[in-house]
Amino acid sequence: MKVIEISCLEVWREISNYIDGDLDAELRARMEAHFRVCAHCKAVVDGTRNVVKLIADGVEYALPDGFSQRLFDKLKDK
Amino acid sequence: MGTTRPGLEATEGELIERARQGDKDAFYRLVFPCERAVYTAAVSILNNSADAEEAAQEAVLKAFTNLVGFRGEAKFSTWLIQITINEARLKLRKDRRHLYESVDEQRADDEGEYSPKDFADWREVPSEALQRRELREALKQAIANLPSIYREVLILRDVQQRSIKETAQILGLTEGSVKTRLLRARLQMRDALAPGIDGTWATGKAEYKKVRPF
Repeated sequence: MKVIEISCLEVWREISNYIDGDLDAELRARMEAHFRVCAHCKAVVDGTRNVVKLIADGVEYALPDGFSQRLFDKLKDK
Repeated sequence: MGTTRPGLEATEGELIERARQGDKDAFYRLVFPCERAVYTAAVSILNNSADAEEAAQEAVLKAFTNLVGFRGEAKFSTWLIQITINEARLKLRKDRRHLYESVDEQRADDEGEYSPKDFADWREVPSEALQRRELREALKQAIANLPSIYREVLILRDVQQRSIKETAQILGLTEGSVKTRLLRARLQMRDALAPGIDGTWATGKAEYKKVRPF
């Protein structure tokens, strides 16, 4: 089966879904074929995938000190 | 025999019932496990700690008053986070800061294209620059710099690891809108953090890879 080419523009549109494994097999195959021949898009998908992984591993928003107590007090005062 | 549970464990349903009767301790036991998620959701919209805490408090109080409105169709935490998001958005609207954001929410979901940058000025990225703490700070700063409608989605999906479906439910968006905003958030994050992100930041290797220009 011949894989139909897609443009870089289409690739950028689907890159987030591709990273999440949220594409049908045909579109996935087309994108993979594109990555084999397009260095720019390969760089974009690698970079974006890295970002997603770094965020998952490294970003968290810690509660400010005393948050729980202040919240509880506000609730009690109501 | 019977339905009494051993120990002091109350189910979510039991706690909700007691909270509906005005039992604040029971309500707080429901809220406590959600605190970080609630605070993070507020930060995702308000972008600063003090405002986020205020919005979180207001949301919790509102939730307590409106428990009759919770019908148990979603998880309690999902419901509470939705209230928090709404509270934070209200707060944002009152604050003049949002007037300076350039992203039009209507346009944001259109089919308009976002072109990821092609980094022409490749530099060698020294490994010293890839210290974990610096990287964490850079990530948080880049997230804070996103337009709020993209930041909300990125935080719920990529920081908190929620599904597209749950993110859509919490934010009151279609899944399509969530995916579009997530795409743009992620591409903008890459733009903010590269060069280096395409090859070296995630590897943690002692030696660096020199990226070839093309």
